[in-house]
Amino acid sequence: MKKVSVEINGKKVTKEIQDHTILSVFIRENLNLTGTHVGCDTSQCGACVVHVDGKSIKSCTALAADVNGSKITTIEGITKNGNMHPMQEAFKKLHGLQCGFCTPGMVMSAIDLLQNNKKPSDTEIREWLEGNICRCTGYQNIIAAVKEAASKM
Amino acid sequence: MASLVGSRVERKEDKKLLTGRGKYTADVNFVNQTFAYFVRSPHARAQIKKVDITKAMKAPGVVSILTGADIANDKIGGLIAGWRIKSEDGSDMKVPAHPPLANEIVNYVGDHVAVVIADSLDEARNAAEFVKVDYKILKAVVDTKGAMDSDQIYKDIPKNLCFDWLLGDRAKVKEAFEKADKIIKIDLINNRVIPNAMEPRAANADYNPSTEEITLYTTSQNPHLARIIISAFNGVAPENKLRVIAPDVGGGFGSKIYPYAEEVVCSWAAKKIERPVKWVADRTESFLSDCHGRDHVTHAELAVKNDGTFLGFKNETIANIGAYASVFGTVTPTYLFGPCATGVYKMPAAYTNVKAVFTNTAPVDAYRGAGRPEATYTIETLVEKAARELGMDPAEIRMKNFPTQFPFQQTLVHSVDSGDYVASLNKAMEVADYKGFEKRKRESANKGKLRGIGLCSYFEACGIAPSPVVMMLGCGIGLWESAEVRFNPTGNVTVFTGSHSHGQGHDTTFAQIAADQLGVPIENIEISHGDTDKGPFGYGTYGSRSLTVGGTAIVKACDKIIAKGKRVAAKMLEASVDDVEFSNGEFVVAKSNKKKTIGEIAFACYLPGTYGEVKSPLPEGEEPGLKETSFFDPANFSFPAGSHICEVEVDPDIGETKVVKYTAIDDFGTIINPLVVEGQVHGGIVQGIGQALYENCHYDETGQLVTASYMDYTMPRADNFPEFDLGFTCTPATSNPLGTKGCGEAGAIASPPAVMNAVMNAIGTEISMPATAEKVWKACNQNKKKNSEAA
Ligand code: FES
Ligand code: FES
Repeated sequence: MKKVSVEINGKKVTKEIQDHTILSVFIRENLNLTGTHVGCDTSQCGACVVHVDGKSIKSCTALAADVNGSKITTIEGITKNGNMHPMQEAFKKLHGLQCGFCTPGMVMSAIDLLQNNKKPSDTEIREWLEGNICRCTGYQNIIAAVKEAASKM
Repeated sequence: MASLVGSRVERKEDKKLLTGRGKYTADVNFVNQTFAYFVRSPHARAQIKKVDITKAMKAPGVVSILTGADIANDKIGGLIAGWRIKSEDGSDMKVPAHPPLANEIVNYVGDHVAVVIADSLDEARNAAEFVKVDYKILKAVVDTKGAMDSDQIYKDIPKNLCFDWLLGDRAKVKEAFEKADKIIKIDLINNRVIPNAMEPRAANADYNPSTEEITLYTTSQNPHLARIIISAFNGVAPENKLRVIAPDVGGGFGSKIYPYAEEVVCSWAAKKIERPVKWVADRTESFLSDCHGRDHVTHAELAVKNDGTFLGFKNETIANIGAYASVFGTVTPTYLFGPCATGVYKMPAAYTNVKAVFTNTAPVDAYRGAGRPEATYTIETLVEKAARELGMDPAEIRMKNFPTQFPFQQTLVHSVDSGDYVASLNKAMEVADYKGFEKRKRESANKGKLRGIGLCSYFEACGIAPSPVVMMLGCGIGLWESAEVRFNPTGNVTVFTGSHSHGQGHDTTFAQIAADQLGVPIENIEISHGDTDKGPFGYGTYGSRSLTVGGTAIVKACDKIIAKGKRVAAKMLEASVDDVEFSNGEFVVAKSNKKKTIGEIAFACYLPGTYGEVKSPLPEGEEPGLKETSFFDPANFSFPAGSHICEVEVDPDIGETKVVKYTAIDDFGTIINPLVVEGQVHGGIVQGIGQALYENCHYDETGQLVTASYMDYTMPRADNFPEFDLGFTCTPATSNPLGTKGCGEAGAIASPPAVMNAVMNAIGTEISMPATAEKVWKACNQNKKKNSEAA
């Protein structure tokens, strides 16, 4: 067993967990934040993307113990005073989601893209999101949503 | 009030999904819950000699381990094939028993052998390692084409043949072929694909010993169907003691229409151990045990005159349905395939013959389009080949054979109520700048690239109906849909639908319809679905049926609400019912200013009398309350159609194919919400392009699934595509009052042939799906060789 302390969506928590607990499991089961999804077992789909110390990572590929002391932001943590983040707003406006399963990971990845590149081109957006699989939308409205968000942020 | 139908209303369901508040089955937890882990067969075909659980039972945390013997002891019924198909000779199809946990034999890698239930998932998984299964390995049958000449898998099923089905008239086709100037032949493989909804299947079953009720949360497109099958066929609990909830569901694409072994086992086990049992598939389990799609081997021929007129068509197909006949596994390659095989054309004579074979692979069932993509791929690549061989333009040969009169009696089954195939192809050619292709081809050539263009004109039949007819054809269920419109006393509304939304946006589009019908603001309308304890029985969502069938049921229920509202308003306004008109949410007495809002009427219906200020006596004999139900069984299918044009650029040096331009012009009749419809088209196109260029389910000759992870199975990704150009032509359907046609599958139906025709146009060689870089590179190289030898 290990003691892990993190700041999750602005709140400090400490939990006793098994050594091999994966970060995605820690977030979903120990912290009860089920907005972070698990879509695969080979680190390929991106449904589990969260921010650790401001950077997007696939939470299914990290051990919870390894992020001890970090600041973690999940999809639940990006709304402010009940208002959705501009990226969330843009996804809604342009129908960038259908079943919503890939969406939390997609949004978290896209926000990180804009932190690195304020005005990405279509190609840059498509390449950045290559690690996030969506089976529903055909990606077109996701790309449009990211561009829309870029214009608003 | 402005009409909402036709406008781009942002989705009501999005906020929860975007903020991480969606509730999928894997997010559902019960107090005291246990976790299930399935022991699956590592062999494609084997006899089970012995299952030894002694050691596993002693592992930490284990609560119970159940096997095929327990299933048999408890008389839990097998999984079913929902559609009985008859062979050409009149005999019934042959299907093997399909117990939820295998007892004597296993028939594909991933087949369920036992379930280990423990206090935690780790413990269940760990204990499963100690379940010792003694197998006698048998030779697996894997190949679709060779299945009939391989070892016999089931004692009573010779040649591994489920059925040998015919639709059409062989004699008439023979006559037509004798009159032909030319016969175009094609051999095709429609590659097997794996649906891969992003949310893996899951179940969580909770048994309440005091009410003896099971509540099953499951990833289902069709909770009522799950309930009736688990109750009536598997015999786990009576229907009134089984509640099935499909909460937010992360995509289905056909693979979640029916219950699988896992739901049956979790429900049964929960009752047995009197604790909740939760199971969530990991991705590899999904690859192994979700039903797969397609997998046809086809030989087809088209008889033509020299001027391009079609005379006749024949289609001989072998369909691999996997190890067991799944719920829609037998109808997908027959009634969903055969009738559409002649495409959008006048075809004087045609037949489709399908031999469905069992193999030691995962069952094959409906996958986005189900049968219609296979049909369209066949006819549209054949027509393109005919154009090539006759030296005609592919658009011209299509135009020449389009029907122009509607209703159009299609060759094999359907009477198509409306359409304008000429208009959509013309529009597609205009939007795609068809005329400018040669110039673009030269530009590509200057860069050392081969550019190709491909067309596909399609129609499909969706919203399967009417129930009496489909039941006559062997369907074990009805295909109507239900709706209940419930006014609450304070005037807001809940609409229950028997269909299910798992990405399609019903919460919004259905609310748009109800808002228009009732004149109630859309914010005050809640759409409810996915819980068998809430709304009336319904048949779920698949086959692009929800709007045309379920949406119409909503309209009909609203009609009943308005009819009652008029009676109540007439009484309150002291007018005759015939003088009361309803529009924009108000009941108005003709030629007067006397009126009541629908909210006032709802309130009156719940307070039927006089009390202080309230004066709302109901008409004599009128029941209080305001809630109406409708069950709608359409008179016909709906027939969306359209034309898609794809342009690809092939790099002959590395074989890479890039879709560089894609135009889709579709006729979906009346469109309720263009935002949602465009999304459906985008998603469908990408799934179809995925099948054409990237995706392939591959079993090796021993029946091991080689492509069982995202490392091996190529999913289409964001950087694989250009921006698609969409457009619509509209001929309203006449079989439903909204005039709508299904739109969910069209993209996946039209895109594979459009893409493959473009690839073949670019490289000048026939090639099978998926047109991977390796295959294309080899084809280009061979062409180079041939050309240099000729020179
Ligand atoms: S769940 Fe993390 S990449 Fe798929
Ligand atoms: S919205 Fe369903 S997987 Fe992306």
